[in-house]
Formats: sequence, C-alpha cells, structure tokens
Amino acid sequence: MLEKLLSAPKTYYGWLGFLLCLIAGCGLVYWQQLQTGLAVTGMSRDVSWGLYISQFTYFVGVAASAVMLVLPAYFHHYKKFKRMIIFGEFMAVAAVVMCALFIVVDLGQPQRMLNVMLHPTPNSIMFYDMLVLIGYLTLNIIIGWVTLEAERLGVEPAKWIKPLIYLSILWAFSIHTVTAFLYAGIPGRHYWLTAIMAARFLSSAFCSGPAILLLLLFLVQRLTDFDPGKDAVKTLATIIVYAMCVNVFFYLLEIFTAFYSQIPDHVEPIIFLFAGHDGHLAWVGYWMWTAVIMAFLSLAILIPPSSRTNPSLLSVALVMLVAATWIDKGLGLLVGGFTPNMYETITPYMPTVREIIIALGVYAVGALVLSLLWKIALGVKRKAENFSG
Amino acid sequence: MNKNRRSFLKAAGLSVFALSGGLAAVPGATQARTAPGRYDRGDNAPHAKRWAMVMYTRKFTGPEDYEPLIVACHKEHNVPNIPGAQNIKWFWLDSYEHTFPDDMNAYLNEKIRAASYPLLCNHCTNPPCVRVCPTQATYKTEDGIVAMDYHRCIGCRFCMAGCPYGARSFNFIDPRKFLPAATPNPVFPTRMIGVVEKCTFCSERLAAGKIPACVEASKGRILFGDLEDASSNVRLALASNFSIRRKPSLGTQPGVYYLI
Repeated sequence: MLEKLLSAPKTYYGWLGFLLCLIAGCGLVYWQQLQTGLAVTGMSRDVSWGLYISQFTYFVGVAASAVMLVLPAYFHHYKKFKRMIIFGEFMAVAAVVMCALFIVVDLGQPQRMLNVMLHPTPNSIMFYDMLVLIGYLTLNIIIGWVTLEAERLGVEPAKWIKPLIYLSILWAFSIHTVTAFLYAGIPGRHYWLTAIMAARFLSSAFCSGPAILLLLLFLVQRLTDFDPGKDAVKTLATIIVYAMCVNVFFYLLEIFTAFYSQIPDHVEPIIFLFAGHDGHLAWVGYWMWTAVIMAFLSLAILIPPSSRTNPSLLSVALVMLVAATWIDKGLGLLVGGFTPNMYETITPYMPTVREIIIALGVYAVGALVLSLLWKIALGVKRKAENFSG
Repeated sequence: MNKNRRSFLKAAGLSVFALSGGLAAVPGATQARTAPGRYDRGDNAPHAKRWAMVMYTRKFTGPEDYEPLIVACHKEHNVPNIPGAQNIKWFWLDSYEHTFPDDMNAYLNEKIRAASYPLLCNHCTNPPCVRVCPTQATYKTEDGIVAMDYHRCIGCRFCMAGCPYGARSFNFIDPRKFLPAATPNPVFPTRMIGVVEKCTFCSERLAAGKIPACVEASKGRILFGDLEDASSNVRLALASNFSIRRKPSLGTQPGVYYLI
C-alpha cells in the first residue's frame, strides 16, 4: 500500500518537505540539549517535569481517543463510523509515536532508556506505561494495516483481527489510566493525589481526541473530496459533547472537594493556577482563565443541536474545546502539580524557547507520521470508493 | 590463495577481539550483574538494621553553625555549587515553615520560627522514590539506606516528582564544570550530566568504618545509630526528648528525626 505515497500532488510533497525541514531544524536544538543537558529547559530542582511530560500526557489521551470510533463501530455495530475508523487508528499511531519521543527528549540519559526493559520494575508505574504504550502502538498498526489492506482488496478483513480490535478497545482505556496513575499515586503532590485523575484524563481525552480528529478530517475534506459522512460527524460531535460535559463536571468535583474541605494542601495549587500568589496572577493563570472561558463557550455552541450541526460553528467550538483541554492537561496539570513545591513555596516555571522548539519538533514528527499514514488510507479509500483527491 | 586466507583469519580474529573488548567497555555491561552500589564492608564497619539520624537542632545557634556540616558533606561527595534553580543540594538549610509546612502555627515560639533547620534525604522506611523508579537505579539497602546507582539512572526524574521532601537533585548541566580543578574527594565518584543524585547517608564511609561526614562535623550535635536497637544513641535520645519528622502524615516513615 506504500505505493499510494508515490502518486500525490506536488503540494503534498511540499508539505512533507516542509515538515522534514522543521524536524531537522528542531533536531538541531535537541542536539544542543543533548550536549548542554536539560539546563536549556525552564525546568528546575523544584519543577522537575515540564512541557515535555505534559505534552506526553496530552497525546496519550489523543491516542486513547480512537476508541470513541472503534467502540461504537464494533461493540454497537454503528456502521457509519467504519469509514472514519482508519483515520482514528492512524492518528493514534502518530500520537503514540509523539508520546515516545516526548519521553525520550525529557530523559537526562536517553541512551540508557532500554534500562526500563533490562531492569523491569513492576512497582514502577512507568514500567507499565511503557508496556501499554508499546502494546497500543502495535495493536493499532496491525489493526489499521490489516483492515485497510482488506478494504483495498475489496474483501472482509481476516477473522483473527476481531479479537485484536476488541482487545484494543480495552487497551485504549488502559493507556490513559496508567498515565493518570503516574501522577495520582504520588504522595505529597496535592493537585495530582486524587482518585478521579484517571476518570478526568479519560473524559478529557474522549472529547479532545475526537475533536482533533474531526478538525483534521474537515481539513482533509477541503483538500480532497473525502467525505467522512454527515451522520458520522453528527454522532461523533454528540460523543464529544457528552465527554466534555463529563470532563468539566469532573473538574468541578475537584474544586468542590478542595474548597469545601478547605484543606490548604488541596486548595493552594488551584488558587495558584487561577489567582496566582501575593496578588500576582502567574502567566499560567491567564491561560487557565482562557481555558475556562473557552470550555464553557464551546459547550454553549455544542450543546444546542442547531449550532452543533452548523459546520462552521462546529469547527469553531471544536477549536476552543481542544485549546481548553490542552491548557488544562498540557499546561495546568504539570504547573499545578509542582506549584506550590514541596516546601509550600513558589518556584516559577516557564518553558524556554528552546524547550518549545524541541516540543514543536516532536509535533512535526507526529504530523509527518500522520500525513504519511493518512495519505495511504485516503489513497486506498479513493480507489475503493472512487472519489477524487 | 593460502596467504589470503591467513590474512583474512588474522583480520577476523583481530576484529572479534576488538569487538569483544569494546563490548566490555560499554558502561553497565558488566556492572549490571553485580548488586549496584554495594560497598565491600571493612572488618570495623558498623552494622545496623535501620540507620537513622537525630538532629539536636537546639544545640545549633544559627545557620553559620551548620556551615561546616554542609562543607564537609559537599566536599566528601564532590557536590558542585551551581547557581540558580537547577542546583544540586545534598545537605542544606531552610526555615521551620518550609521544613515542617504542615506544622505551622501563627504563634510559634519566635526562636524556633526564626531558626534554620538542616534538610537532607530522609532515607524513608517506605520511600516513594524507590517505588516509582522504573530502573531500580534507586533502591533500599538492608540497613535502611536509600541508595542510588548513577550509572543506571536514565534521568526520567520520576523520583523527584515522587519525593515529598525535595531531597533529590538532577544534573541539568555537567556538574564537573562546577567543581574545583582538583576533585575535592578523588575517592568518591563525580556525577555525569543527566542523572539524579542525593544524600547517601555516607554508606561509603560506613563501609569503611567511619560515621557520616555531617555527623562527624557536627561534634555530637547530630546522632547516628540503629533505630531498631533500643539501647542505641538515637533511641535513647528519642526516648528522652520530644522529636518531630518532616511530613509524617504521608506514611513514608522518615529516618531523620528533629529534636526541636
């Protein structure tokens, strides 16, 4: 199926070339980080994880979200999702590749990363995180490839793929649960020490992941003639609304427990995120309030069916939803977890330009993997369904 | 033809030799098989079931009183002095409010409030850092010390997130650049970039029959002994004084006790 990559318009190759240049440029900055060490980042003794790990966390969610297409299609035989599933699965592959790279760029001694396998440590959540992510990547590559190949040949996929698909549904929940356990099992990090963390991660993933998928599919629809299907989009948008409502509800539960119990340890990170300290709003505070506004605005558009079914309003709402969830999980989660620090004082963290460039490089790799895989999928679908693009 | 075969064998033999020699030089290839970081104990090495430390904080008059202890520790372990928030700390000072944040009251005795308190790794009985480490680069020894293998650490910093005491430092930058040209203590290894480090309770000195460097420099104001031995100096001090530990509610069971 790789031959589908050979017949593409010039703009596609231009896009790939642009991504490769971007990756190379950001790679140079990563090379510099390898030489000088993580001193090039804004991280410190007190804020020992930053942008890299938060992006890792966010994209585990994006990877897991493919299940929002697979589950209705295979458990409830919702046929209208079948056309879109391959894009969800391939997006999961790109997202897991990004997760792996975000971990690698965060390591102080990346050449030793195989120590996690050479010295397997069942008491460490990171050990399980590695297992579930590798497993999920493998499952999605196999399932995606086999089903697409079957579509190309115009036959039903081999029977042995069904159990793998069911397994991948359960597996998707596991990857984000385990990622939440990285945080939720740590004593002394009050913002993270909450039983609802995994549930919050999953709800946030199940709205933001499909939202990213829909936005990308709308883009594909403009670039090619591929139509994800009106009903499929409508159903997925409904799933997104429910997940986002649950996500916001879960966050409010955190707020209640912290502020009604009034236990300082639990209140302080939230106060820092939304009100700063000593009367000064920290930079993350502006982001957090932006997230709150965008979360409610997106819900205001998405909940009424009339605006939800309006394509341009839907896109606007999805962009706001993705931004809101990204700020919550991709920024606030880490900053709130480390602030106040273990002495109950404030050590400010802000990613440096080089840190952001390296993260951008990982994003570019993700975009490259996605562009290649989606091109193949579109090529197969074009042949099978005879649309142009 | 014959000559060719001979020269081929020569080259092949040399290559195999070079490759196997190279493999042995790969860091960790051989070390990984032995228990990491264990020191051969001398005949005079003291034994304990659970090492613990008791600080007579009221016998220290001010931060300058602790200075020799910090110098002794950092010299003993080649701890660099790196300015800024990406620094390395093994033994340092902080206020009562920051050391015991959950024990603060507004009307605390001014002397106690204003005093500085020594901080170091608590060598917890139930250490979260050991629980979270994905490579067993940090581990507990049989005498209750939380030790580290700098050669196995991948620098993921999960242990730093896990430690509720801020006892761990990461080498964001090459620490050797911040050491004097002559390594302060050539017997103790300097660290490389990208690994985590912390206080070792001087396990290397204990193995050689010496007490920890800070204890030695404290001139009797820090006690070090076996917590499981009812007649040990630390147990006697704890039996006859009121003592507190940092963040006891987290269940980590710190091995460092403060007499206030």
